[in-house]
Amino acid sequence: MPPVLLDLLTWLFVIPGALLLIIGAVGMITLPDVFARMHGAGIIDTLGAELILIGLMFQSGLGIVTVKLALILAFVFFTSPTSTYALARACLNAGVTPKVDQEHSAAISRGGRS
Amino acid sequence: MSFAVATLAVLISMILVLTRALLGPTVFDRILAVNSFGTLTVLLIAVVGFLQGRPEFLDLALVYALINFIGTIAVTKFIKFNDMGHGQEAGRDSGDI
Repeated sequence: MPPVLLDLLTWLFVIPGALLLIIGAVGMITLPDVFARMHGAGIIDTLGAELILIGLMFQSGLGIVTVKLALILAFVFFTSPTSTYALARACLNAGVTPKVDQEHSAAISRGGRS
Repeated sequence: MSFAVATLAVLISMILVLTRALLGPTVFDRILAVNSFGTLTVLLIAVVGFLQGRPEFLDLALVYALINFIGTIAVTKFIKFNDMGHGQEAGRDSGDI
């Protein structure tokens, strides 16, 4: 493939990845609760990181560097949700309860449709 | 140029996530923020390696990704059981982190 096309593909993957990283980080600042902040961490850990690493793969050519990038991608993709799951289990075990909409959950527990 | 944009985004995200790690009301907020900070560090090592034309830095990123996962699991286990090994009192749901 011509280098211009590879540069274009890199831009096409790096820009959404960068935006998703910043969106996830802002979410970790502004969301109200540990369980809500895990959503922001999920955006950073899966889609943001994956898009940036895929964008780097287009610049590295075929070789050992691409294999290393693919390995990093696979590790991050599988280990980050696992550790977030473990953290959520530890939170619930330690007695941290999610902040929910009280009125809404009360309506659900009465069996009514909200 | 695209590497510079990616580096800038990673650095901004690292500052925001580190703010949450310093502010976090509970210890779980801090663990979550440090986990995300580790992922962002992996990305920063990879992108700066490409930015300087030295992709050999990817080895460091690979090792950091593994250590980040092990560290998060270990700290979570320590917070939950107050012990790194499996004590007698921790056997109520053993192996279930």
